Amino acid sequence: MALLEVSGLEVRFDTPEGVVKAVNGMDFEVGEGETLAIVGESGAGKSQLVMAIMGLLAENGSASGVALFDGEDLMQMKPRELRGIRGRRIAMIFQDPMTSLNPYLTIEKQMIEVAMHHQGLARDEARAHAVEMLRAVRIPDPEERIRQYPHEYSGGMRQRVMIAIGLLCEPELLIADEPSTALDVTVQAQITELVGRLREQTRMSIILITHDLAAVAEVSDRIIVMYAGQMVETGTVDDIFYRPQHPYTRGLLASVPRLDRVSDDELQAIPGNPPNLLELPSGCPFRDRCSEATEGCRQPPPLWQGEGGRASRCVLPMDGGQIVAAEAVGEDGA
Amino acid sequence: MSKPVLRVQDLAVTFTSTTGGLLQRRERQIRAVDGISFELNAGETLGIVGESGCGKSTLARAILGLISPNRGRVQWMGEDLTGLDEEALRQKRKQLQIVFQDPVASLDPRMTAGDIIAEPLWTFYPHMERLQVEERTRGMMKMVGLLPNQINRYPHEFSGGQCQRIGIARALALNPRLLICDEPVSALDVSIQAQIINLLRTLQRKLGLALIFIAHDLSVVRHISNRVLVMYMGQAMEVSAKADLYRRPLHPYSNALMKSVPIPDPELARRVRAESWLTGDMPSPFQRPRGCIFHNRCPYRINRCEADVPALRRMESGDWVACHRAEELDLSI
Amino acid sequence: MSERTTPSVEDPFAQALAAADVPGRSLWTDASHRLLKNRAAVVSGIIMAVMVLLVVFGPMLLPWEPDFTDWDHTSSPPSLETGHWFGTDAVGRDLLVRTLEGGRISLLVGLVATLVSLAIGVTYGAVAGYYGGLTDRVMMRVVDIIYALPFMFFVILLMVVFGRHILLIFVAIGAVNWLDMARIVRGQTLSLKNMEFVEAARACGVDHNAIIRRHIIPNLLGVVMVYVTLTIPQVILVESFLSFLGLGVQEPMSSWGALVNDGAQDMESAPWTLVFPAVFLTVTLYCFNYIGDGMRDALDPKDRL
Repeated sequence: MALLEVSGLEVRFDTPEGVVKAVNGMDFEVGEGETLAIVGESGAGKSQLVMAIMGLLAENGSASGVALFDGEDLMQMKPRELRGIRGRRIAMIFQDPMTSLNPYLTIEKQMIEVAMHHQGLARDEARAHAVEMLRAVRIPDPEERIRQYPHEYSGGMRQRVMIAIGLLCEPELLIADEPSTALDVTVQAQITELVGRLREQTRMSIILITHDLAAVAEVSDRIIVMYAGQMVETGTVDDIFYRPQHPYTRGLLASVPRLDRVSDDELQAIPGNPPNLLELPSGCPFRDRCSEATEGCRQPPPLWQGEGGRASRCVLPMDGGQIVAAEAVGEDGA
Repeated sequence: MSKPVLRVQDLAVTFTSTTGGLLQRRERQIRAVDGISFELNAGETLGIVGESGCGKSTLARAILGLISPNRGRVQWMGEDLTGLDEEALRQKRKQLQIVFQDPVASLDPRMTAGDIIAEPLWTFYPHMERLQVEERTRGMMKMVGLLPNQINRYPHEFSGGQCQRIGIARALALNPRLLICDEPVSALDVSIQAQIINLLRTLQRKLGLALIFIAHDLSVVRHISNRVLVMYMGQAMEVSAKADLYRRPLHPYSNALMKSVPIPDPELARRVRAESWLTGDMPSPFQRPRGCIFHNRCPYRINRCEADVPALRRMESGDWVACHRAEELDLSI
Repeated sequence: MSERTTPSVEDPFAQALAAADVPGRSLWTDASHRLLKNRAAVVSGIIMAVMVLLVVFGPMLLPWEPDFTDWDHTSSPPSLETGHWFGTDAVGRDLLVRTLEGGRISLLVGLVATLVSLAIGVTYGAVAGYYGGLTDRVMMRVVDIIYALPFMFFVILLMVVFGRHILLIFVAIGAVNWLDMARIVRGQTLSLKNMEFVEAARACGVDHNAIIRRHIIPNLLGVVMVYVTLTIPQVILVESFLSFLGLGVQEPMSSWGALVNDGAQDMESAPWTLVFPAVFLTVTLYCFNYIGDGMRDALDPKDRL
């Protein structure tokens, strides 16, 4: 059974300018020990998707749908029950580690508090556990450094501390929202390597959220590509990288500047900008930027499904796939 | 190529950080830029790459005179900019321009796109007619791929990529000869990064700009540079022609940066990066290592690296490197 | 203008190029939309508008002069028959007309003193914050020194030297209030001047004065406006306080503070002389506070996506 099973998830934001349709019907699952990457540009709704699941939407946001975590629907839970699950069974890491760490407390205080509160450990045990976690994320001399304040750590170190705090309670699911986007490539590589190691050494499930496909090539099992609040393509890592179906996925892959190929040509950019979520066009939201768009794209694109959870939402046929449904999003959506 | 338009010689910027209270005031020096030299020809692009905190942004600001350097010279068309007074330097801004990292923060939220692009024109051509300014503004918008009818919109109504286009239009409004791009794409989505890089490439060719492109990622710089300067803790580690650098980096640090770039190919990625390559963080700027500043993170270090500072020296290929072992190491990709 | 050439029909980009200018939606427009959705602020705004109209035109429409003494009705309670809707005071003056007259002074003091502190405070704070360094240190020490002067002592000193005059109240309150404004503006300027768009303006060769005028001050306005709406009631209150102590406006002129003072003395025999001015005063104070709160929320929305 899947650890997390999300179906029909929608997220709306009420703004003075109108209703923002951030997520428009997402269905996916994360298996035990599986690493799922959710990829898309900013505004694709990938962060709001997990925020909705975790009950952390901004005040003007509302979510509907089902999110079964270990058989229980997170969307129906009371805030207090959710708090019990957050941090203990589901850990979250955000893009900017500085905003999640209290600048006035030492790392030690912050970690021990979490360990004592969530796991009921005694202070000494909690401290030992915290040091062990810091060592696991490769902080050099953790006994010493645990006494320091967040500002004494570099950006990459802080993100590793955040991961260590997330791991303190041995969560079943780790959600990382652009964990390395704000960091240097060298540090990104270190974080990627760390995530890869966690994935191999623990049975934890991981959801990685990113705008950079290349960053998750190494460490994910399955990938969901999102656009305008919808899944446009999903499949295994190899499916997405070696047999991409959707023009958007192909565009994302082509726009990555890469060193493994000798090429000085112009980069292949996806033209245009992400759509305005206030007034989503009916039909395929990607059609204005799509090089293969046809008249047919004015209609909602069909959903193709293949074996092993492979799916694509496009008028273009998917290899070995069958049409399941054509859904209308945009005009009314709900 | 012709005579260099920009010549930077031994440029150094030191910041003083004051810690402690009234009673035990301590002043410490941070050498943000520590003796950087290079030349740049008209129409050429120099990439500057390094991790955050290596001084690359400070270097950019020192070249433009936004920060006054403590040592060294910046020669623009044969004229030393470091000796100029404020007004004379201000006049030079017509020729030297910059595009900033954060596309949103670098635009005044209370001004329209048109006003932002027109501001340099107001400043240097106060008597230019309103219609003429507007026409030029619309022209600039079209040139950077924005719709001119968006002239009255505000920055928050544009996406990040579009904001960066506004920033580029503003920088180019005065027809500069040199454009410095300080990490212009690192705040953008990958899909949009490619748009901006292509735009800068096209504009550079069209306008014959000398370009300095700063990034923390070697893969981004590759598509736009002729030469690349790799910077670490305020010093140049390597200055190489692009073809040489991406085939065979001379400095272990360049190699490390190269290895950190994620590869969008799962199998290759797993094979190439069995272990994380560059371990540890940059040392604190207050505790600069003796000898080679990179030695504590360098997998190829020998005893000599801890004692002697390697000078930046010219190799047979014409590339420059600051490493004792440059000849013997083969870091081919 | 040159882009308005005839587009080829097929090319969507060319069509878009020829399209009419899209209007922008400035942060101000956004903020005013949000403000208009804040019911408390809107109601307060309407009440204040009515109040201002009443205070300005009311006395002209009423049959009584503010200093007219109606010997037939001294200390008479509010009644429709006598024509003294708010009643009269101990010497038979109509309270309604006096309350409206007093409102003129109170609101005028609030407005003028606030404008004085606004003009001095914003310029002073922006200059100190922007130039920084020694300029900043000297300018802010001056502020500190003036701060240290006891306010009442300062007012009494002014009264003794120049005699009691309404202008002095403006000067006294304005002279003290701009200090707060200067401090707030300076703090904001310090953070603004490190923003990338200010550096961008510098890199474009914009001179210091233009940066302050074009970039710093417009970006300060939000905070300043909130502060102004919160300063007006504060100033009105200070004036009332001075009047209550007998240092404020002089008879026959009056203000809400002075009226409340008078009324408090006759509280037991003629409670209406206290109640009416007090109600006007408190309603005004509440309204300004609601408007200020509404503006703060409108200008600093946390829920923007």
